[in-house]
Amino acid sequence: MKVVLEHLTKRYPNRNKKEGGEVVAVGDFTFEIPDGKLVGLLGPSGCGKSTTLNMISGLTEPTEGKIFFGDDDVTKLPPENRGVGLVFQNYALYPHLTVMKNILFPLQNLKGPDKLTKEEMNARALEAARLVQIEALLDRKPSEMSGGQQQRVAIARALVKMPRVLLLDEPLSNLDARLRLQTREEIRRIQRETGITTVFVTHDQEEAMSISDVIVVMKEGYVQQIDEPQNVYDDPVNLFVAKFLGTPAINVFEGHVAAEQLYIGGEPVLRVTGVPDQDVYVGIRPEGFVPDEKGNFGCGVSRVEVMGRDTSIIAENSACISGQIRAIISSVRKIDKNAASVRFSLLPEKVHLFSKETEERIRFRE
Amino acid sequence: MGKSKYKGWLYLLPAIVFLAVFMVYPLVDVLVYSAEEGYSFASQTYTGTGLFNYSYVLHDPYFLQAVKNTFLIVIITVPLSTGFALLISLALTSIPKLKNLFQTIYFLPYVTNTLAVGLVFMILFKPTFYTDGMVNLLIKFFGGQAVDFIEGPYWAKMFVMCFYTIWVVLPFKILILTSALASVDQNLYNAAKIDGTSKSRTFFRITLPMISPMLFYLIITGFIGAFKAYSDEVALFGTNLNVAGMNTIVGYVYDMLYSSGGGYPSYASAAAIMLFVIVLTITCINLMVSRRSVHY
Repeated sequence: MKVVLEHLTKRYPNRNKKEGGEVVAVGDFTFEIPDGKLVGLLGPSGCGKSTTLNMISGLTEPTEGKIFFGDDDVTKLPPENRGVGLVFQNYALYPHLTVMKNILFPLQNLKGPDKLTKEEMNARALEAARLVQIEALLDRKPSEMSGGQQQRVAIARALVKMPRVLLLDEPLSNLDARLRLQTREEIRRIQRETGITTVFVTHDQEEAMSISDVIVVMKEGYVQQIDEPQNVYDDPVNLFVAKFLGTPAINVFEGHVAAEQLYIGGEPVLRVTGVPDQDVYVGIRPEGFVPDEKGNFGCGVSRVEVMGRDTSIIAENSACISGQIRAIISSVRKIDKNAASVRFSLLPEKVHLFSKETEERIRFRE
Repeated sequence: MGKSKYKGWLYLLPAIVFLAVFMVYPLVDVLVYSAEEGYSFASQTYTGTGLFNYSYVLHDPYFLQAVKNTFLIVIITVPLSTGFALLISLALTSIPKLKNLFQTIYFLPYVTNTLAVGLVFMILFKPTFYTDGMVNLLIKFFGGQAVDFIEGPYWAKMFVMCFYTIWVVLPFKILILTSALASVDQNLYNAAKIDGTSKSRTFFRITLPMISPMLFYLIITGFIGAFKAYSDEVALFGTNLNVAGMNTIVGYVYDMLYSSGGGYPSYASAAAIMLFVIVLTITCINLMVSRRSVHY
């Protein structure tokens, strides 16, 4: 079931009466989620990603715009008639019911022609439990289970009524780091097995990158970029997206372009064909630095961190506006840890230029 | 190890001393009085020991009337007031706009003096030389027969009594239940909504279990409070409750000690002990029921 959002907008009246006017929670969101895909809505808190999810679920009514499931306009439908499954950040399991009863709960609501017999309900609930691998815990209450297990129950409860769309609201943020890795693989597996179109909200870029087919980066209510995770990382449309994706974060410098030559701190570091003369922000991914004695870009070294697989050089440059520079290089290369300075050459595909005024991407040819 | 043990007791000492002097000692003393026949405060003497006091009290028609009144008040007011409080709280929670205003209005009886409220009820229900009282005027308006609610038939007095009690205990229960309802995780309701749960099922399967601890707290304290009813009766019917036929067990104890016909600490103690046993039994039953049906 594909999900289509057309100019979806949610505005709230401003709480601060003096300022008046309206606050845009989500502005003009248009996007088609392809059938059977897993889409990650990614952004810092307050960017409107949860509001978008709630509008798809029907818990929040959009101010403008339309939502389609397949060819059905569901904009005005109440949540129960949309056929969505929603997994909440805090799971929202019914604490007084056992796991089995929690999973059965949505089925017991079915009325009329959809009404199931007891046997059918039990069979469906068991099937859902098996899918998320909690068959052994059916008699437990939510308080007697770990966060990860509760999360699985919440997913089983959302899946048991065979929703057309599965919605996950920050499903991993209450789990510890290890469980988070494990559970996100689980979610991916369950999504693949069921083939349900899934929308997944998170503020964790690593999480979004690792399991989404497509990610939507949002900021202050507006969509910044929609693409496959790797493309968003390799080809950010603006400085915000470039800074938001990637750990360690991208290094940002004040730069200047003159005669198609990029200067950082007065040093000519890269040829940028096709860029008019101007001041720019330069974003360089940590893996874009190559230690090179003849390189054009010089930095002072603060320290070198060796972490097995690769080595981080923490460096300083007065033109850097994102704090310290972090360069990641393969640990195969031996670095003099006591060196006071280092010279780099830059990989052009890891260097992104952004306009100083709009922070939009400026593309160049090598 | 030994030292820290003493230290713990030292910290507890003020509370223990206070409880021992003002709670445990009087309790034990009452038990002792209740077994001493014809005890007199003035001479500090008694004529014998045994269960005579209990037998006397149990054969006293005034005590039996008081027990009957008390039980009627308990059985009528506790379920009704809890039920009304729940209905009103649900209504309050579902109207976001004027919620605070109504909450204040419903809370007013709680901060109003019992005797002042009693006076108001007198005006509402008591026929005087000049007027039949508000309620009787209404009854007459709809073509009914005027009733003397304060000095008239027993059922009329009991009706006023229960009405008054419910009105007085309602605000506290509403306060507790509205906050209990507000503390239910909103996401549970959202989850139920997405699953297409009907309103009644949401109430019985989610709301009620989630507020059940608070509900049982109110029922248990409600029972205890209703068994200890006395001042409300005085506010409505005056101090001579035996004559009015509206005495309660606590009223009987008080009368035995202090009223014009009083001065019998032994009888009063026996009645007090019996009230204690009744309340203890009911509370134990309540706790047993609640343990089975409260979810945490």
